[in-house]
Amino acid sequence: MYKILKKQVLSDLVTLMEVSAPQVTRKAQAGQFVIVRAYEESERIPLTIADFDRAAQSVTLVIQQVGKSTMQMCQMNEGDEFATVAGPLGHPTEIEKYGTVICIGGGVGIAPVYPIARALKEAGNHVISIIGARNQSLLFWEEKMRAVSDELIVTTDDGSYGRKALVTEPLKEILTARQDIKKVWAIGPAIMMKFVAATTKTFNVPTIVSLNTIMIDGTGMCGGCRVLTTDGAQFVCVDGPEFDAHRVDWDVMMSRMQFYRAEEQAAVEQWKHQCNLASAA
Amino acid sequence: MAKKTIVPKKTPMPEQPAEERIHNYNEVPYGYTEEQAIAEAKRCIECAKPLCMAGCPVNINIPGFLKLIADGDFRGAVNLVKETNALPAITGRVCPQETQCEGVCTLCKKFEPVGVGRLERFVADWEAAQGALPVPPLPPPTGKKVAVVGSGPAGLTVAADLARLGHHVTIFEALHEAGGVLVYGIPEFRLPKAIVKREVEYVCSLGVKLVKDFVVGNAATVDELLEEFDAIFLGSGAGLPWFLGIPGENLGGVYSANEYLTRSNLMKAYRFPEYDTPIARGQRVITIGGGNVAMDAARTALRLGAKESIIVYRRSRDEMPARAEEIHHAEQEGIIFNLLTTPVALHGANGRVTEMECLKNELGEPDASGRRRPVAIKDSNFCIPTDIVVVAVGQSPSPLIPKTTPDLKVAKGGVVTVEEQTMKTSKKGVFAGGDVATGGATVILAMGQAKIASKAIDEYLKTGAW
Ligand SMILES: Cc1cc2nc3c(=O)[nH]c(=O)nc-3n(C[C@H](O)[C@H](O)[C@H](O)COP(=O)(O)OP(=O)(O)OC[C@H]3O[C@@H](n4cnc5c(N)ncnc54)[C@H](O)[C@@H]3O)c2cc1C
Ligand code: FES
Repeated sequence: MYKILKKQVLSDLVTLMEVSAPQVTRKAQAGQFVIVRAYEESERIPLTIADFDRAAQSVTLVIQQVGKSTMQMCQMNEGDEFATVAGPLGHPTEIEKYGTVICIGGGVGIAPVYPIARALKEAGNHVISIIGARNQSLLFWEEKMRAVSDELIVTTDDGSYGRKALVTEPLKEILTARQDIKKVWAIGPAIMMKFVAATTKTFNVPTIVSLNTIMIDGTGMCGGCRVLTTDGAQFVCVDGPEFDAHRVDWDVMMSRMQFYRAEEQAAVEQWKHQCNLASAA
Repeated sequence: MAKKTIVPKKTPMPEQPAEERIHNYNEVPYGYTEEQAIAEAKRCIECAKPLCMAGCPVNINIPGFLKLIADGDFRGAVNLVKETNALPAITGRVCPQETQCEGVCTLCKKFEPVGVGRLERFVADWEAAQGALPVPPLPPPTGKKVAVVGSGPAGLTVAADLARLGHHVTIFEALHEAGGVLVYGIPEFRLPKAIVKREVEYVCSLGVKLVKDFVVGNAATVDELLEEFDAIFLGSGAGLPWFLGIPGENLGGVYSANEYLTRSNLMKAYRFPEYDTPIARGQRVITIGGGNVAMDAARTALRLGAKESIIVYRRSRDEMPARAEEIHHAEQEGIIFNLLTTPVALHGANGRVTEMECLKNELGEPDASGRRRPVAIKDSNFCIPTDIVVVAVGQSPSPLIPKTTPDLKVAKGGVVTVEEQTMKTSKKGVFAGGDVATGGATVILAMGQAKIASKAIDEYLKTGAW
């Protein structure tokens, strides 16, 4: 069992958990992920390793409430235990000295982009970061990101904080203004990554995205996580999770990610109903 | 010896009626009663030169255990079976007996063979009903440490054998449940998970340590394990699912059999929303393939509420590799067989699959496998409407361990190369067996290879000679 050592609410939807997982921390690197199961009956869901502490043998996970499983996780408390934390899975981020790079985090994607920005900065790159969310209450880690970036731009869709824009707007301005951007990393909702890919494509700037498709085992055994790329179907859990954004078929990926929407909604409804009954009793 | 009167047919085994069982997940056959088992065992004509033993990949003393059952000595019978087969409750249920022991039974020439599989299952279930097994006396620890990768039938067998020899064994399993295909692939209605759990618990009772959620290659490489362990056995199976590579295969509703069965069995999606993992429930489900995996998927689809569950297979019924009993049960349950049919494309709407386009085949010359090759008939295209497609056309070993173990030799299809007499790989201290060394095969072959490996590992630990 994997004990929750620390819990911190980052925004209305996003919670940070530091979890004891000695098997994972021994080899974890930026860009990798773990498969987590909250309880015996829970789904196995992939979560990016946002940080890790080898001495304390703990990993930091940042969890956004999107369905029943993640809602349940966010309700758990320090001292509670997850049923499964398996990893580190997938390939780590390739960190080199590239020159000037851009790191984009959208919503909960700010968490996984943080260790990448930090590693890129440590490797001597000039790091420009763009973080964005729908509104101010969903933003987090602005100061952490500032600390590892040479320049930081904050956007919200509704203008409640920072610049009122989608992350692609400042991205386009920077790419227009300067020719020295060597590489872009983008992690966030699929639709954001799709538009980042379209933007950087016109400027021919190599772009890496970290995909968050539906997974089960996370070891290459089921193929449920597959995406279509210009190299054919690839398994996100073992061939990724990072991919060349310009090679991904975003429409196929997004439609696969929608597949269980009705079931997910039904599960949330049923669970909320049970919670209400329990609190009324 | 006095000549026996021959009973031409197997003693029938009671089972759940098809119309009932397609609405539940309970096991289909109920198993023999003591009287039925004795009657069936007495059908053995006690050949002077029994062929059945040689037909068994682990050479169970079949005439011997049948005789003991006939005499009512069930304890003696189960002990004899277990001398060479540690998991009879499992193999009795899943072995392809018709191509092994029962296929060579002398009775076969004119009559039905003795139901060896059913009797194997009977003695194992009889033993389980007597209560938990006592732990056998274990020899003093040798101080040697062995890592077993994977907890399928191969890994469990090696772990038990080596623990009984006094070695310290740790099993590393990637998933959250031990048992390999026995828990994630083969459905409850064919192999109740309580049986697998019992076997895993028995192996642990021998002092074997089970570490779950541990993906070798990622959490530690084989080389890193070798720093801590004196020998390694790779029993990591053949988990990489094949797809057909036809257009439309990435539409929603298209599953690999591994995914479909893992959702249903390991994650218990058939009990959604009590369990959280969802699975698509369609009115029509098409499964592509003709092996056990395809039968399991097609029969699972019925139990998930499909009105029509269709198998599409490119050869004819005679070439289907599934166990005879699985095909028989599938037919009883109303699975529709579309034989001599090859899928060429999947079509969809709004990101979901809606129909499968196929070509009709005729049988041509035999191919490398000795089976007649299906040849497509030109312009015979036709479409079958469907909500779900399950691709069950085979699997190969995952590349994860070979990729992270540079000096581990693999042959075509990602199969780890082994020396057949010892199951030694190209890497010192590392042995392999089961599906990882054969490609997708059978439970009994995995166990047979594991037995060979156990002996060789013990030898290696004692002598250090490679
Ligand atoms: C649906 C289905 C139905 C079948 N029906 C039959 C049947 O009726 N009769 C029959 O004889 N055979 C059947 N088979 C085949 C049979 O199940 C296999 O041949 C057998 O299970 C192989 O055993 P194994 O121990 O080699 O591997 P597996 O049972 O595949 O076990 C391998 C284990 O290793 C684990 N693993 C893999 N990689 C790693 C890693 N890197 N680190 C840690 N752990 C790892 C896996 O999670 C798994 O638990 C069927 C197979 C399937 C899929
Ligand atoms: S999650 Fe199963 S193959 Fe990637």
